[in-house]
Amino acid sequence: MQRSRIFGPLGLVWFLLTLAVIVYATRLGLLLSPPEATMGNVARILYYHVPHSMLSLVFPYVNFGASLAYLYWRRRDPLKALTADAIAISAAEVTVVYGSICLVTGMLWGRVAWGIWWTWDARLTSMLLLWLLYVSYLMLRKLSSTGQAHTLAAVLSVFAAIDVPIVYMSIRWWRTQHPAPVFGGGPDSGLDPSMKPAFGWNVLAWALWGVFLLAMRYALERRKQQREQDAALQAIEASLEMAQ
Amino acid sequence: MSYLGHVLVHLRKDLQLEWRSRDSVNGMLFFALLVVVVFSLAFDPTAAMSRQIAGGILWLALLFASTTALNQAWTREQRNRVLEAQRMAPAPPSALFLGKALSNLLFVAIVEVVLAPLFAVFYNLHAVGQGWLMAAVLPLGTWALVCNGTFFAALGLRTRNRELLLPLVLFPISIPALLGMMQATTAILTGAFEPGPWIRLLIGYNIAFTAACLLLFDTVLNAE
Repeated sequence: MQRSRIFGPLGLVWFLLTLAVIVYATRLGLLLSPPEATMGNVARILYYHVPHSMLSLVFPYVNFGASLAYLYWRRRDPLKALTADAIAISAAEVTVVYGSICLVTGMLWGRVAWGIWWTWDARLTSMLLLWLLYVSYLMLRKLSSTGQAHTLAAVLSVFAAIDVPIVYMSIRWWRTQHPAPVFGGGPDSGLDPSMKPAFGWNVLAWALWGVFLLAMRYALERRKQQREQDAALQAIEASLEMAQ
Repeated sequence: MSYLGHVLVHLRKDLQLEWRSRDSVNGMLFFALLVVVVFSLAFDPTAAMSRQIAGGILWLALLFASTTALNQAWTREQRNRVLEAQRMAPAPPSALFLGKALSNLLFVAIVEVVLAPLFAVFYNLHAVGQGWLMAAVLPLGTWALVCNGTFFAALGLRTRNRELLLPLVLFPISIPALLGMMQATTAILTGAFEPGPWIRLLIGYNIAFTAACLLLFDTVLNAE
């Protein structure tokens, strides 16, 4: 029985590189970059919050692509389909982790900057709905039996992908009809050049970390699949011996 | 037999089953009535305030009620292994889905017809905006709930805890549609803003998800 190694040399190099970049980026963000003009040091959470929110909008695409690939290969090439499914669940879990971090750090910042933990602003609401969609995806995977969890989850992922643009548009309409009382422009309304290196390094750091998490989770899921296959094979062999 | 013929046979079968027992319509009706009463007690609204909140309460009552009925929609087919026979039948699987969804649409529509006058009485309602637009919002909103609801009920059919799973999967996906129907209804009742964009949102949502349901139902039915 052959097993893929979870933590190969490439993984180790990647992990160490990621750690180094995270340390460097955090140092840049927390210590070296200048304090923001109006918010001072509070704004430094931007270096942590914004990369996570950006990346939690990237991993859903990975999940959707892998789910489509699963549905395509399901009957044609089951082994490739299992690979795609392992990518899909890893991406969904990383999405939920990054989305949670984005929501929690956003609340922390909002408490200080706006005086409230939460407001039903367009961006906050659509981020929360994205998070809810992927939590429901994980719930479905947890509750469905092993034989069909892959297919059902892939179908739900397609539904979520159709839902996301509709959510985005509807929340924007909703909030333009009832204007929200508070919202300062995001970082895209202009970032001071002195803050750009810290921001860029943080995006890179958390992207590397996200890919690392994804790869680890993928390796784990592959092992789980292999174990299930071995168990199924043993069961078949045992039943054959019984028959003799 | 043509595709339409298959759909009509499935529809007739579901209507006949429901006519003999009348379980889901009666259950939904009483459940929705209870939700309306409980909300009315909870908020104790004045006429002006009830216009503001009635759209939301009406659709929440219908959402909860239809969830309870949708959970039962496919269990009927599991009795005597009817669903296995359906899977082997040469008829297109999406016709089975469409028949089931249309019958559910009819059941929820019956509930709406009975519930709407009661609702107007309990909440002391009369529309300030264009009341006739409700004739577009009600069927569009109901189809948005029922189409995806029927699909996800089939999706959760062979899972553990399927009664729990349906709302967990259906509600997050339905949030834009719920927002659309609630906003459109509130706009019609209060006349404060235009319901037009929300009705268009519902139409777009229905087209996108009806297509997705029809295309993917085969996959879900034969998920093993």
